[in-house]
Amino acid sequence: MSTGLTPPKPLPLATDVSRPFWDGLREHRLRLQYSPSTDQWVFYPRSLAPGSLADDLEWREASGDATLYTFSIAHRPTAPPWADSLPQFLAVVELAEGPRVTTELVGVAVEEVRIGMPLTAVFDDVPGTDVTLLKFTADGSR
Amino acid sequence: MAGLSGAASIIGFAEWRPERRPTASPTPAIDQWARLAKAALDDAGVDPRIVNGIVTSSVFETEMFAPATVAEYLGIPVNFAEFVDLGGATAAGMIWRAAVAIELGIADVVVCALPASPTPPDPRGTLPRGYVGSSSDRYGSPQAEFEIPYGNLAQNAPYAQIAQRYAHEFGYDAWALAKIAADQRANANAYPPAYFHDTPLTVDDVLASPMIADPIHMLEIVMPVSGGAAVVVAGADVAARSRHRPVRITGFGERLAYKTPTYAQDLIRTPIGPAADQAFAMAGLARGDIDMVSVYDCYTITVLMTLEDAGFCEKGTGAQFVRDHDLTYRGDFPCNTHGGQLSFGQPTRAGGMSHVCDATRQIMGRAGGAQVPDCDRAFVSGNGGIMSEQVALVLEGAR
Repeated sequence: MSTGLTPPKPLPLATDVSRPFWDGLREHRLRLQYSPSTDQWVFYPRSLAPGSLADDLEWREASGDATLYTFSIAHRPTAPPWADSLPQFLAVVELAEGPRVTTELVGVAVEEVRIGMPLTAVFDDVPGTDVTLLKFTADGSR
Repeated sequence: MAGLSGAASIIGFAEWRPERRPTASPTPAIDQWARLAKAALDDAGVDPRIVNGIVTSSVFETEMFAPATVAEYLGIPVNFAEFVDLGGATAAGMIWRAAVAIELGIADVVVCALPASPTPPDPRGTLPRGYVGSSSDRYGSPQAEFEIPYGNLAQNAPYAQIAQRYAHEFGYDAWALAKIAADQRANANAYPPAYFHDTPLTVDDVLASPMIADPIHMLEIVMPVSGGAAVVVAGADVAARSRHRPVRITGFGERLAYKTPTYAQDLIRTPIGPAADQAFAMAGLARGDIDMVSVYDCYTITVLMTLEDAGFCEKGTGAQFVRDHDLTYRGDFPCNTHGGQLSFGQPTRAGGMSHVCDATRQIMGRAGGAQVPDCDRAFVSGNGGIMSEQVALVLEGAR
């Protein structure tokens, strides 16, 4: 339903620090940082572990399992590029490994969205780009 | 904790009337700064030549050296030139920094100003602005990389996320939230400079207004206006010669731990909690000693959670507290007697200063038809970002 006037959605630009995360998504794998000294998973990617500033972050494969921490369903676009993508399921999910992530829910109905619902990762390849976004859907609906 | 002795006071202020369609000609922000400073110093009855401290935030005309740019424009050399960048908490953050400088003895008179009126258009055309609704879309900014691509922009959605999470843990009383806006409107109806002074508002009106971001209705969201505000903070010697009852700054606290609420340890126990605990401990006062509060109100949910987290009621009981108390200037718990930003209007960061001015007006006994009787002690909160950077102040009138 593009009107032709809707500006393109802004895409993430990886840095040297974050590139393994985005490269992982491109391969449809969820790779996150983990700090062994503090037994802490980390999101978003950093050079040093948040809090302890431990210099021991390593990349590990995460499960892709999550629960919905909170959400807002926007029936008016939060910015012009989303004018043709309503409603927006703007979500904060809590990964099984601990960290929270800003994302969008896909493949869900307005009525079924509730805090605490189990979710699973969806690897959303953005057409015409080499970017894959990390989105989530109701667990079992894939 | 050494804390403040209360030797520094707010002795004067100036606030430009909030407007949707500004009537004054656009003028550079540094020029607005100077005019606001002059008006606040006139209000205090203080000669500008004894000012030796300024606190500023960013000014439109420069990306760097804002304090020096302001001092040079004022033509006033200073010993204390502070830059505060705390969004809606900037104003409250300015006040305690000014008080600290005065108590340290490094400044005698400090002006804090936040211009918020239009600047003239650049004859060369407009410069590129940041991505709409974001504070940074620069390469390497976590917001650009991990928030904007998912549409997590502007304020309504994140505040709705906070409200949804609050509802999940404690339930959600839409009527009580709407009453906050209605009570504050009653205050604005008694305070002529408020933007919505002439417009009554009921709880039903609020609940009937369009749902912008469930559960937040349109009339629970601030409206942007132009304006500007300045406050003069001074030591005891200057305060003793000033024109109004000095408003002593006796306690403060500040807390920030994240910018985007996704990364809050606990989204619904907000930073004002530890900030308020510190402020009250420093002032040596209990919550019940406070005669009025002026708490940051970008949304009604912000007021509810601030009343809880700042300790005026137990966590999770804010809605009952609002139902049980009259928040108007006539009531048993006067809150935002200028109407709050919900009814006064939000002149960007000067909206935060409207709460400082509200409390100051009450303690000085200058609130006119909205005056709280015998108002000696006030609590003020500032809130920047998305409940992410918060400041608490305790203010007390000089005897």
